[in-house]
Amino acid sequence: MSGGHSTYSPTTGLGRWFDTRLPLPRLVHDSFISYPVPRNLNYAYTFGGILALMLGVQLITGIVLAMHYTASTQMAFDSVEKIMRDVNSGWLLRYLHANGASMFFVAVYVHIFRGLYYGSYKAPREVIWVLGCIIYLLMMATAFMGYVLPWGQMSFWGATVITGFFTAIPVVGEWIQSLLLGGFAVDNPTLNRFFSLHYLLPFMIAGVVVLHIWAFHITGQTNPTGIEVKHKTDTVPFTPYATIKDGFAMILFIALFAYFVFYIPNFLGHADNYIPADPLKTPAHIVPEWYFLPFYAILRAITFNIGPIDSKLGGVLAMFGAVLVLFVVPWLDTSKVRSAVYRPWYKLFFWLFLVNAVFLGYLGSRPAEGIYIALMQASTAFYFAFFLIVLPVLGLVETPRRLPNSITEAVLAKKKKGSASAPAATETQG
Amino acid sequence: MSANETIEHNRRDFLYVATAMTGVVGAGAVAWPFIDQMRPDASTLAMATIEVDVSSIESGMSVTAKWRGKPIFIRNRTDKEIEEAKAVTVADLPDTNARNANLGADAAATDVDRSAGEGKENWIVMVGSCTHLGCVPLGQAGDFGGWFCPCHGSHYDTAGRIRSGPAPENLHIPNYEFISDTVIRIG
Repeated sequence: MSGGHSTYSPTTGLGRWFDTRLPLPRLVHDSFISYPVPRNLNYAYTFGGILALMLGVQLITGIVLAMHYTASTQMAFDSVEKIMRDVNSGWLLRYLHANGASMFFVAVYVHIFRGLYYGSYKAPREVIWVLGCIIYLLMMATAFMGYVLPWGQMSFWGATVITGFFTAIPVVGEWIQSLLLGGFAVDNPTLNRFFSLHYLLPFMIAGVVVLHIWAFHITGQTNPTGIEVKHKTDTVPFTPYATIKDGFAMILFIALFAYFVFYIPNFLGHADNYIPADPLKTPAHIVPEWYFLPFYAILRAITFNIGPIDSKLGGVLAMFGAVLVLFVVPWLDTSKVRSAVYRPWYKLFFWLFLVNAVFLGYLGSRPAEGIYIALMQASTAFYFAFFLIVLPVLGLVETPRRLPNSITEAVLAKKKKGSASAPAATETQG
Repeated sequence: MSANETIEHNRRDFLYVATAMTGVVGAGAVAWPFIDQMRPDASTLAMATIEVDVSSIESGMSVTAKWRGKPIFIRNRTDKEIEEAKAVTVADLPDTNARNANLGADAAATDVDRSAGEGKENWIVMVGSCTHLGCVPLGQAGDFGGWFCPCHGSHYDTAGRIRSGPAPENLHIPNYEFISDTVIRIG
């Protein structure tokens, strides 16, 4: 709910002077203080704020690390070790940055699954969803290039395999790959351009985040019922309600983050990346970072030719398709009801999809042989079936449960059911 | 009057289109150096040839040289390996092309066209970069006794031809020649 006209009224002379020249305090007040949020937002809705926090953590630690890092194949690995051993607090900054990337993806996956569960992508919020998909894509590119910078074995061979995807494209594929690499193999020019882009992309993410936030300040936030805000009683002001809730969730999330950084900083990494890159020797078992594993499983599931498309191009198309299909989710889902709370069949398929996605991640970490190939194929088939069959068909055949008339009614009904003795609080703040 | 208007209209249209086209060409001309700089630079292209002394490679031994940042497998194959490779019918292979830069683009993937040629059939020289996604295959491994790529499970035979797995093509053979009986020049 964008909430009509501004309630900002500057109290000081300086405040009034600024307000008539550059109303930045008014923008902040309207966006983060008086901005009305649905009163029934649960903790799944705090991950947007957590993501903003993690972007800030990655930007700050990254800028500082870049002051000590050397983007050269001769020195990159040693400069990272120098950060770990010699630079004051360098070990902390690097572990924050490396684990911060994983935490960023933890938060974005919760955020995406929350959007899928509550149907946050449905009209009029398609643009918010598409912008979010763009952010996710940029995050993947940034994380991939960042993983190359330490110039360990996984860095080098990960870069080789991923830029190798482009050779699957007919005719122009080899040319595109040499354009990405700046040579015939991953080498110094590759490392330099990846470093440059790794520094650039987070700022592009920040730019798209601004658009993402702007867009949902136009449409207003969704909420667990999926019903639009209708009355003033359906909302509470952002401050203090959302501020406190987001802040508390951030503290819990930071505690998890700190546990990784201080107790198991290399748990999510791969030991082979502490071996300097060797262009003549591939590690026995190449795996990407955990957050790419489901897509890696999809890549390797296509072991057969499909008509004129050979298995290599097929695998690459399936993998990119698995990400790109997210962009069209708002138009694949035919149901008018947003929230899975009122869609019994969708709720079932959502949880199956979630379990399947985690299972794909597990399969991505397994070697591509034996039973795993068949499991990858079955799991990949379900991944695509969820988007291309379940989403369009369920909307047509499913009978949703009765929707409450308003957010307030839903909240009060829940409270009555929870404890009949406690009188339902009447919310008068707007 | 109306005739004049029509003429005016056309002239103005022409100016708009001409201006826009000039702008597009100008923008393209400025954009090209920014794309062009990403291509392999002169120093990368200059690493054109290497020479490898193969006199100490006995039958059944291999060496790996580095050319253009990629490994080059040079193997002195055993008679058994050559026989195994020759026993395969070319039509049954996933990739029937020799992928040999020294031969025509349509040369068939027979064992002799994969090797260094008549009289030197024991020698095989290949870019050691899996044609799937570029990992380095392991030598004398896999189901066909040739090379095996651990990344995504491609099996190559003793002539470096893809036999099973996701790789679409046989291991590529670079331009090379024996400049003497014991020295190979690659590139």
